[in-house]
Amino acid sequence: MRKIKGNAFIFGHNIDTDQIIPGRYLELVNPKEIAAHCMEGADPTFADRVNAGDIIVAGKNFGCGSSREHAPIALVNVGVGAVIADSFARIFYRNAVNLGLPLLICKGIMEKVNEGDVLEINLKEGKVSNISTGKSFNGEQLSDYALEILSSGGIKPLFKKITAEM
Amino acid sequence: MIMGMTITEKILAAHAGVETVQAGDLINAKVDIVLSNDITGPPAINEFRKLGAIKVFDKERVVMIPDHFSPAKDIKSAEQCKAIRDFAKEQDLTHYYEVGQMGIEHCLLPEMGIVGPGDLVIGADSHTVTYGALGAFSTGVGSTDAAAAMATGEVWLRVPETIKVILKGKPKNPWVVGKDVILALIGKIGVDGARYQALEFTGEGLEQLSMDSRFSIANMAIEAGAKNGIMAFDEKTRDYVKGRVKKPYIFYQSDPDAKYAEVIEMDLSTLKPQVAFPHIPSNTRDIDNVGDVAIDQVVIGSCTNGRMEDMRTAAKVLKGKKVHPYLRLIVIPGTQAIYQECIKEGIVDIIINAGGVFSTPTCGPCLGGYMGILAKGERAVSTTNRNFVGRMGDPESEVYLASPAIAAATAIQGKISSPEEVR
Repeated sequence: MRKIKGNAFIFGHNIDTDQIIPGRYLELVNPKEIAAHCMEGADPTFADRVNAGDIIVAGKNFGCGSSREHAPIALVNVGVGAVIADSFARIFYRNAVNLGLPLLICKGIMEKVNEGDVLEINLKEGKVSNISTGKSFNGEQLSDYALEILSSGGIKPLFKKITAEM
Repeated sequence: MIMGMTITEKILAAHAGVETVQAGDLINAKVDIVLSNDITGPPAINEFRKLGAIKVFDKERVVMIPDHFSPAKDIKSAEQCKAIRDFAKEQDLTHYYEVGQMGIEHCLLPEMGIVGPGDLVIGADSHTVTYGALGAFSTGVGSTDAAAAMATGEVWLRVPETIKVILKGKPKNPWVVGKDVILALIGKIGVDGARYQALEFTGEGLEQLSMDSRFSIANMAIEAGAKNGIMAFDEKTRDYVKGRVKKPYIFYQSDPDAKYAEVIEMDLSTLKPQVAFPHIPSNTRDIDNVGDVAIDQVVIGSCTNGRMEDMRTAAKVLKGKKVHPYLRLIVIPGTQAIYQECIKEGIVDIIINAGGVFSTPTCGPCLGGYMGILAKGERAVSTTNRNFVGRMGDPESEVYLASPAIAAATAIQGKISSPEEVR
């Protein structure tokens, strides 16, 4: 599985899908166009400032609200490497894993990271290293099934891999 | 001995083809209905093709409804509507409803008897939870999951723990409806209070509530983070499905020894109409404690409150009154049948005479699509389900969630008000 390393962008609790991708953009189809509005409801400058591999750090219930896959599509295509949060809303979690966006549950992560810190994630071990502070934290390990999907890059690539092997 | 099961567990076990399941089990279940709309349908169709699928697993069970940005608001939404229309034609889907027959999906499916008690429904729309009011297991998924189910007729699910909500007493306040019950519950447990769990509603208080009120409650279970919101059945449920649901159906009830993660009791006799302040549905207050909040727009409709009871309540409050100067009142019935009934009962006249608009069914303004977008600094009272930042327009606009009675009174008074304040 590829290394996940990037700068931290910190958001709060209950970041809903309307903040991740506002409803007025749901008529967009092109993933790059969707990505241009990523997190616009929470921070309109985010899509311009984020670099490939950067990591979103948030509180509880990240991704609550709508079932729109535009939310993980926006995050993946703007280049977000992973989202670390206290907890995730259920539909968002499922959609993110399906689309190959790594997620890590790590309680209290917001207090352990400053905006802009360099973080490195070992998804297999469920570990976060804050390179800027030299400290490491243990999150919840992903299930083997979710890990398998993520290391294939999403449910579709995994499905193709399996059917090719059959 | 088989351990007692909840309604949710019984439905999931039946669809997984096993005798028993318990919370935490991962199951592969057969779906009765897979739903999508003009926003989530096109990506689902793309995924369906990319999976190499050619035919849907059952043309009677794959449902597509153009309701979000429909009648199409612009060229891009016209293309999205066209994508599901073309797919429905190609696959000869039984339950595709064109503008003119369509309604807001979660009002339309129960009304037409497409969903029945005991069904397992997944929908690429988070408010798919609505059908729990009929005693069905229904939950929201993304377009990719919906695509896989469209191809295979199956979905994997984790069996959720259940929180039992016992509703006690009878509302003393004449304006209290299901919307107030669910807003109060979300206010109490928070927007992640039931995250990943089932909310099961029961008790003598539930029996006091109409089916339309029950749909409102189940509809907003997702706003507490729940996987599904399900209800015990009674004569009202039986009457509702009788004649509508043509296929066989089963009413499940929870066993007395079923396991619950938590039991919450709510007393309806002391419940007051609720208002959820910006920008989160759990930010609730009793109507007595709202203070002076001037309002620019009122929306009455949506999959939460676009049913007949909601329309009748709005009309009752607005009859012979005028909408406050410079305030816009937008009323949107959930389906064409509700629209027609509103014409018959004189409700459309009452709304228009009051100075409101009466729209064709659409989700439009609820998610900031069209038909009532808010400018910077504007405030709306809406009977919809979410008041997130920028939900209905500019990121600096505000949405206050309430019942149709509060919304209608607010339209007259120009500030958040109870019908009791209308003179």
